[in-house]
Amino acid sequence: MAPPAQSQRSPSPSQPSGKSEVSDLKLQLRQLAGSRAPGVDDSKRELFKKVISYMTVGIDVSSLFGEMVMCSATSDIVLKKMCYLYVGNYAKVNPDLALLTINFLQRDCNDEDPMIRGLALRSLCSLRVANFVEYLVGPLGSGLKDSNSYVRMVAVIGVLKLYHISASTCVDADFPSILKHLMLNDSDTQVVANCLSALQEIWSAEASTSEEASREREALISKPVIYYLLNRIREFSEWAQCLVLELVTKYVPSDSSEIFDIMNLLEDRLQHANGAVVLATIKVFLHLTLSMTDVHQQVYERIKAPLLTLVSSGSPEQSYAVLSHLHLLVMRAPYIFSSDYKHFYCQYNEPSYVKRLKLEMLTAVANESNTYEIVTELCEYAANVDIPIARESIRAVGKIALQQYDVNAIVDRLLQFLEMEKDYVTAEALVLVKDLLRKYPQWSHDCIAVVGNISSKNVQEPKAKAALIWMLGEYSQDMQDAPYILESLVENWDEEHSAEVRLHLLTAVMKCFFKRPPETQNALGTALAAGIADFHQDVHDRALFYYRILQYNVSVAERVVNPPKQAVSVFADTQSSEIKDRIFDEFNSLSVVYQKPSYMFTDKEHRGPFEFSDELGNLSIGGEAADNVVSAQRVEENDKDLLLTTSEKEETRGSSNNGSAYTAPYDGSSTSVFALQTHIESAISNPTAADHSPQASLAIDDLLGLGLPAAPAPPSPQLKLNTTAALDPSTFQHKWRQLPVALSQEYSVSPQGVAALTAPQALLRHMQSHSIHCIASGGQSPNFKFFFFAQKAEEASNYLVECIISTSSAKAQIKIKADDQSTSQAFSTLFQSALSKFGIP
Amino acid sequence: MAMISQLFVLSQRGDNIVFRDYRGEVQKGSAEIFFRKVKFWKDDGDGDAPPAFVGIFNVDGVNYFHVRVSGLLFVATTRVNVSPSLVLELLQRIARVIKDYLGVLNEDSLRKNFVLVYELLDEVIDFGYVQTTSTEVLKSYVFNEPILVDVAHVPSLGPAAIFMQGNKRMPGTAITKSVIANEPGGRRREEIFVDVIEKISVTFSASGYILTFEIDGTIQMKSYLTGNPEIRLALNDDLNIGRRGRSIYDYSSSYGSGAVILDDCNFHESVHLDSFDIDRTLTLVPSDGEFSVMSYRMTQEFKPPFRINALLEAAGSLKAEVILKIRADFSPSVTANSILVQMPVPIYTTRVSFELEPGTVGNTTDFKESSKRLEWGLKKIVGGSEHTLRAKLTFAQEPHGNIAKEAGPVSMTFTIPMFNASGLKVKYLQIAKKSNTYNPYRWVRYVTQANSYVARL
Repeated sequence: MAPPAQSQRSPSPSQPSGKSEVSDLKLQLRQLAGSRAPGVDDSKRELFKKVISYMTVGIDVSSLFGEMVMCSATSDIVLKKMCYLYVGNYAKVNPDLALLTINFLQRDCNDEDPMIRGLALRSLCSLRVANFVEYLVGPLGSGLKDSNSYVRMVAVIGVLKLYHISASTCVDADFPSILKHLMLNDSDTQVVANCLSALQEIWSAEASTSEEASREREALISKPVIYYLLNRIREFSEWAQCLVLELVTKYVPSDSSEIFDIMNLLEDRLQHANGAVVLATIKVFLHLTLSMTDVHQQVYERIKAPLLTLVSSGSPEQSYAVLSHLHLLVMRAPYIFSSDYKHFYCQYNEPSYVKRLKLEMLTAVANESNTYEIVTELCEYAANVDIPIARESIRAVGKIALQQYDVNAIVDRLLQFLEMEKDYVTAEALVLVKDLLRKYPQWSHDCIAVVGNISSKNVQEPKAKAALIWMLGEYSQDMQDAPYILESLVENWDEEHSAEVRLHLLTAVMKCFFKRPPETQNALGTALAAGIADFHQDVHDRALFYYRILQYNVSVAERVVNPPKQAVSVFADTQSSEIKDRIFDEFNSLSVVYQKPSYMFTDKEHRGPFEFSDELGNLSIGGEAADNVVSAQRVEENDKDLLLTTSEKEETRGSSNNGSAYTAPYDGSSTSVFALQTHIESAISNPTAADHSPQASLAIDDLLGLGLPAAPAPPSPQLKLNTTAALDPSTFQHKWRQLPVALSQEYSVSPQGVAALTAPQALLRHMQSHSIHCIASGGQSPNFKFFFFAQKAEEASNYLVECIISTSSAKAQIKIKADDQSTSQAFSTLFQSALSKFGIP
Repeated sequence: MAMISQLFVLSQRGDNIVFRDYRGEVQKGSAEIFFRKVKFWKDDGDGDAPPAFVGIFNVDGVNYFHVRVSGLLFVATTRVNVSPSLVLELLQRIARVIKDYLGVLNEDSLRKNFVLVYELLDEVIDFGYVQTTSTEVLKSYVFNEPILVDVAHVPSLGPAAIFMQGNKRMPGTAITKSVIANEPGGRRREEIFVDVIEKISVTFSASGYILTFEIDGTIQMKSYLTGNPEIRLALNDDLNIGRRGRSIYDYSSSYGSGAVILDDCNFHESVHLDSFDIDRTLTLVPSDGEFSVMSYRMTQEFKPPFRINALLEAAGSLKAEVILKIRADFSPSVTANSILVQMPVPIYTTRVSFELEPGTVGNTTDFKESSKRLEWGLKKIVGGSEHTLRAKLTFAQEPHGNIAKEAGPVSMTFTIPMFNASGLKVKYLQIAKKSNTYNPYRWVRYVTQANSYVARL
């Protein structure tokens, strides 16, 4: 609490050393303590201020405790406040003194001035001394019933403080249910907001051990509570509005008319001056409409303008936070922003981290109609005095070239870069030309003509040099001088510091040799000799390998070193789509600014109140894999952890359920979800119920159009599953490790399925009704991961399934392993049919 | 869940001025960890450098947020994955509230009033949860009187500060008045300030064609009216919002018609828009302290206040000449001030000699050797006038290729009081009357500043 003891900093000479001043103060305070003379409060104030300023600079003034408390027996609220500040600072380190204070604070909790009651209560709860919790219960109880809203406001947070000091005292005193009552009935919205904050924290913490708390937590996102809060949204302070809106994103409306009601109600929040309110509203809109493609797109259109306004108003820090969100949306749906490209032009005075985001956005939104202008703009930046940005701009041009169909003009620009004779521009451009050639080999003629003119002496950067050498090797038949340039590079082998360049040089000389043997033979010999003598292990090994394979058979060597290549159609994305979805799911949070999902930077205990079984979700996307395919080994590890975590959980919960109970760590909390699900079903079968606005009916039509799932294949008659199959986790784990993947497929999930999949439980029950049992599940919207198993009815032959469902892309990725591989296709059909019926009446 | 763990204010040197720990979850040394990170971080442009210095970064699971206001660092820490906008907005608001109370926000005023600041911080946040940031509401919870500091030489907070620059019409202390301190006479002066502040961004192509333009405006209000009377603020009748169905840069038809078309705008909580659609009137009960009534963004074409002409030509093998022309395209009754024109020159430039037009006063010219740029400062530019600077560059090496590609772009900063480019006007400011004698001072002011004003070569 209060100012920190700055003990690590030695007091400067001008500061009092402490001792004599403190005893001096003590004396003066004592004199004033009993005095009733007029103006005495003013003198006290001066002394108190001195005490507090000493405290702030780190001088120990705890010896004044008694005097301070005595002097505070006054009605002067300024004095009282200073005293509370002082007491708060020293009580924790000095419990004996704190005991002194309790009486005095308890008395103030009954003061007739509500300000004093509130302040005393706040100070009392802030002492954070575990031994005194019993003294808090009484004052908190009356504080919650106080007629003054300020006192109630303080008391509600006080309950939360008590919970953190002693959870059992708080729960035993039944405070959570009092808060719940207040939340739903208090006339003061800040009291309501504080109740909501406190209950979210308390019930989230309790949920791991108490089914009831977990139910209560789910009840916070039930329709009555959400509607009660939404209907009062304008009465809440802007900060409390953010709190409510965040809660609303967790709510699952039962039908689309509800979705439109909520959106219409919140529409004007998009015009709020506070960016936090706007972003929270946007998150609600985006999440509500995830399964309604057209409406979702309309939301993007609608939120563009407010986001752009927020980016250009406010402090640079705020602006960047919003820009990061805009960046996320642009990267998700670039086509929606393609006409807004001018907003992503860089301004000369922007910091480079802003420019970098903008360059990425410009790259993403480039399409047939705007590419020319965007590339022209980017070329301006290439000449920029800000060299890192100039480099990024050139890279951006290259990326656009790689994603465009009409690269004609862009290639010309890139070649112009090469002629600019700025070494960093040349370096970047070389790397790009190389990538471009890998994708569009047909351009080789034009590019080679220009590249051939570049003197390798002007290229110093390893990446660029490697690119140049690669091109020399790859196109040595078209470049007159290639063998000679390579030869001169080989001659300077010792001066080449980069191993990457030396590796490329070896390969290039080899390729050149195959195409023009007489001219290259010399260089090759020198290169191999230098390579074998190289101190770098990789270079040495490669040289030796080339040497031996040449000795063995030259044509084999050619097939190995210079096989015919196919053009690269798509370069690997650096971030997996699963991670991107996850970040999108955490919209309006730090994840977006850091461009990482929260589990990568947040401890488990500090995650949000509704993140459950998180480990599972994390595992499935652990690490920044270069593509979607997680290496087999990682899958193994993940699965091992996955099963361990659930079984550990089982143990700690001491549940006596049998093996199949693994499936539902949050069992019981999903009843409300189920109720909602039936609502959805009825709403969808009766679309006319929902035309509040033309928009609404449109969307419904669309929903119906999309909604009809492809007719599910009839389950193959020969495969019957055991309805009461059982498999214990360790067997599952063992089998999962041993069996090969029999089938790996991706299915689409119907919009209804997506809507119904609010929590894993809903799907579990559904699948169980098709005799497919879940053994472990987890994740969080929009990414869920399940492990299912099933058994043949007549024999003990198992099917194991890993199923990852992303509700944002409405896709399910399935891996099936089977004891009897010959029937895995039949099982897959069965599984798909069961899955496709999910969410459909 | 917005749980702030700690909140502190650091001086530029990294001293703790105030430090409040709300939840005790973050170690005590956080202020030092923070400051070390801020001080030694450079935007080295490595590309992979995380956006560490954008006001937000994470060290060992602790998220640090900060904003810089008046040379002070307002910092919040948390372990929770909160909304970054919320925390940054909150920090700005806390700075604003403190400023409302102290009149002036700087290290000195903060040190003198730290007890009051603690009092505020305790009411703004309780156990990490925001309670209120309304200066109005806080007034009933906060009891310390501010100790006012001398305002003579301190730059004040907020965009309104620009009015302080030698504008004698304004009462000097107006912007630095505390919302609660009584004035020496005992009575408070009844007044209200409405400032229309616009920042313009323009990019001219090498041929003088306008490539991009945008105005970001805000209507800022600061009220010292007692009893919170209702206020009506009427804007242009022909104000339009949104360009539904039209591309943002499709402006040709609207230019010259006189109508003001905003792309988008947002409003303060207290603003009622009941009659906005009918008569473009905003109704509000201004709360105490400074706040922005409305922010808007416009990309409708407007007449840029300055035209820039820049020319760079080789003059012999190791020499070149720069000609910069600035034309003020606004009314002669308006004067722009604090104009600075900058232009990066080729990096191999070693010497520059300047030549101003004969008879010019108040101009400064400089060649910044280290950053290789020309700087041309003008104290004032009267509307309608034109100014020219010639500079001869000497190079250390012979340039290859097009030297225009090695220099530029020319950028310009300026402030133009009593001018706005968007055409948005406050037609009238009506204060609900308490009595016939009640006639508070009303200040409606306009100012335009350059945000990014650039001409390419």
